[in-house]
Amino acid sequence: MTRHFILAALATSAAMALPGSATAQNFAITNAHILTPGPVGEIENGTILVRDGKIVAAGRSVAVPAGTNTVDAKGQIVTPGLFAVNTALGLVEVNSVDGTIDGRTRNSRISAAFDVQYGLNPASVLIPAARLGGVTRAVVMPDYDDGNKEREAPFAGMGAVISLGHESAMLYRPGIGMVLELGEDGAARLGGSRAAQFVQLRQIFASLKVQWLPDNDLGLSEADHNALLPVVTGKMPLVVIVHRAADIRQVLALAKEYPLKLILSGAEEAWQVAPEIAAMKVPVLLNPTSNIPSSFEQIGASLRNATMLKAAGVEIAISGNDAGHRVRDMRYNAGIAVSRGLPMAAAIEAITLAPARIFGLADKVGSIEPGKQADMVIWDGDPLEALTEPVAIYIDGKDQPMQSRGTLLSDRYKNPG
Amino acid sequence: MIKTMRISAAIAVLGAIATAPAVLGAPDSQVQASDVATSSPFPSTYRPRSDVDTAITNATILTATGVRIDNGTILMAKGRIVAVGKDVAVPSKARVIDGTGKWVTPGIIDSHSHLGVFPAPGVDGHADGNENIDPYTAHVWAEHSVWPQDPVFTKARAGGVTSLLVLPGSANLFGGRGVSLKNVPAVTVQQMKFPGAPYTLKMACGENPKGRYGSRGRAPATRMGNVAGFRRSWIDAAEYARKWDAYDRKRAKGEMAEAPKRDLGMETLAGVLKGEILVQNHCYRADEMALMVDVGHEFGYRTTAFHHAVEAFKIADLLAEQGTCVATWATRWGFKMEAFDAIEENAAILASRGVCVAIHSDEQRLIQRLNVESAVALAAGRRAGIDIPQEEAIKWITINAAKIMGIADQTGSLEPGKMADVVLWSHNPFSVYSVAEKVFIDGALVHDTANPASIYRSDFELGQKVGVE
Repeated sequence: MTRHFILAALATSAAMALPGSATAQNFAITNAHILTPGPVGEIENGTILVRDGKIVAAGRSVAVPAGTNTVDAKGQIVTPGLFAVNTALGLVEVNSVDGTIDGRTRNSRISAAFDVQYGLNPASVLIPAARLGGVTRAVVMPDYDDGNKEREAPFAGMGAVISLGHESAMLYRPGIGMVLELGEDGAARLGGSRAAQFVQLRQIFASLKVQWLPDNDLGLSEADHNALLPVVTGKMPLVVIVHRAADIRQVLALAKEYPLKLILSGAEEAWQVAPEIAAMKVPVLLNPTSNIPSSFEQIGASLRNATMLKAAGVEIAISGNDAGHRVRDMRYNAGIAVSRGLPMAAAIEAITLAPARIFGLADKVGSIEPGKQADMVIWDGDPLEALTEPVAIYIDGKDQPMQSRGTLLSDRYKNPG
Repeated sequence: MIKTMRISAAIAVLGAIATAPAVLGAPDSQVQASDVATSSPFPSTYRPRSDVDTAITNATILTATGVRIDNGTILMAKGRIVAVGKDVAVPSKARVIDGTGKWVTPGIIDSHSHLGVFPAPGVDGHADGNENIDPYTAHVWAEHSVWPQDPVFTKARAGGVTSLLVLPGSANLFGGRGVSLKNVPAVTVQQMKFPGAPYTLKMACGENPKGRYGSRGRAPATRMGNVAGFRRSWIDAAEYARKWDAYDRKRAKGEMAEAPKRDLGMETLAGVLKGEILVQNHCYRADEMALMVDVGHEFGYRTTAFHHAVEAFKIADLLAEQGTCVATWATRWGFKMEAFDAIEENAAILASRGVCVAIHSDEQRLIQRLNVESAVALAAGRRAGIDIPQEEAIKWITINAAKIMGIADQTGSLEPGKMADVVLWSHNPFSVYSVAEKVFIDGALVHDTANPASIYRSDFELGQKVGVE
């Protein structure tokens, strides 16, 4: 009975704490230690002015119009909202429950044409969990389903960028990249050899130069054919999941034959070919803690991969520890990269502005600069530290609820009785 | 009645252990029998490496006894901790390491690992952690699967891990015996076995066993099938123990008696009933843990720790009352139904209610960063209004893990006389920036970032272009 009372009280206060679905889209954050991480860099004791969900000014001497609601950051650090890569947010609820998984298909007629935007679930409890880790935007990527052994599926399909805003439109930008997996798993879907996979890829790319034929011998449906057209012309990025250094070289070679806009993902051995990646200005999505030689194509996996790539001039974005439930770990991973030599500013950039830039959204999000969406997090300490928590989170200028299914469970049980 | 059962089982099991000597009628068979948990046909050949006596000075020391010492010194000699404190006299011959600005903790201990049994690379030829063709495999021992050349042992050492409990997987109701290891480079598993550590029995509730076997058209297919399987086995184990007990009584009276045939699985279960083999029970949900507590009462054993135990926060008081520990994560959740209610606050809630809690890894990357995982748990606790001091939280990855493994009298805290298993950290160990710069096992420097060339590479890595840490 006591418990019911407490719960009722909690529910009430939670409802009141919900930011009135964000009347506060015009406000200022004052006394903020801002890591922008735009061209102006770090701003101590700064002010951020937000109007209509966008940042209109950020700096040391920003005039705040009379009557503007202000949030005193009390000298705490303010960063842009984190921009996660390689997620399946909205496409999975419980990994072992197939019915909750929409990030992959066994349909042999849908490969490149697979489009995650239609499978997104804004009610997913993973969204508030990631958001409480400071994540405000995320790249949602398709995956492969290997349940149909007859299916030759070179491409997983197209990803999208989502907003994690409470009660706001989830789909932010569809069609942001085509996913292709190479290496052991990729080759396994095409007869078991890398040598076959690269031949097939070249055949597919060559076939795109002519009209789709219903009887083409590549197993390519018309939808897949059409979905690949922007990829071979460099209009849509090709996100290549790849691990071995030799495979990375093969992909780079392919990108010299076609005007591909390459993004490497995983790339555990990328440090071994860092100068070549840098020379072609190919960005890399990675988890710096992926240092296990878990297969023969990752013997060179290293905790210093991020550091060495950045030092060679490669643009990097840092991911969390899985595609769904542990997306929030991305900031710890950035911090762990710092412990192995990645400069702090580069680590912050790798979870904010860099991914926005890699996916062509740097004019909208990823930094605290005038004109950008007001996605911001106020932290009670160093944002890369696991000991630090967000104090306030804003998406499009809307104050987000500081609550998830996890915190509700904690509240229910944390006290005796 | 429970008590009677426990005592008779305990007596009965004496004979079960006195295997060959009992058959021969050796008069001291009962002495040997009392040694069940530590004696083994595969005895530890671990020998501490010799190294000079070492003092780390001017460091912030978390002793894992609930104490933080600023500007402290720790002195190690002949493999043991000699002194810890602010005013420790350092012998002139000792190697002195200046710990200014750095932190010292006990060696990190992982109470749930599969290193060596599911090693890297994770190829089929290496998959030796789950004897998953039968739900009752109490007869298998993880030590017979450990590949000492698993390159992840070195990576765990780089994360400060000095001891670990390697368990069989969780596909089976009874997965087999676990083995406690010292995390030293070795060629044989015996060279890694923690001397004197008790054996442990891995049990698994929930989705894994019922899913594994139910999908193959055999029991258990449900949670009630799981519990029935456990109970039936404990009935068999008690019966097995009684047979040996009867045999021992006759021998003691000088009567002729034929020794019952040994059964490896029953020997392990009987060892549990005697209290010499520790129960490590993989169990996620609160309701299932409460049922397993009752199964323990029915048959007279106590569960040493529930592992993963992501819903333990819902039954904190029951676990505290039972004296059962919890080994869990902070960040993992949602990967299956029984993990849907896993919360980051689990450890902090349990600690605040007096439960012995450990943060474990169960995976290859996390074992390198149990300190950061603990920091996540600390921060979540603070967010929930539970502020656990760091000098307490360090217990989650040291002494409490040692308790779960039954080795807390030997390692897991910085106290004079204990094994000198010690880590020197570059920063506060709960910081993501912290690196285990120097790792000592029994006083010997086994990992030193200042001397990268000295960092051990497993045989597997030789001649390959491996990554640097």
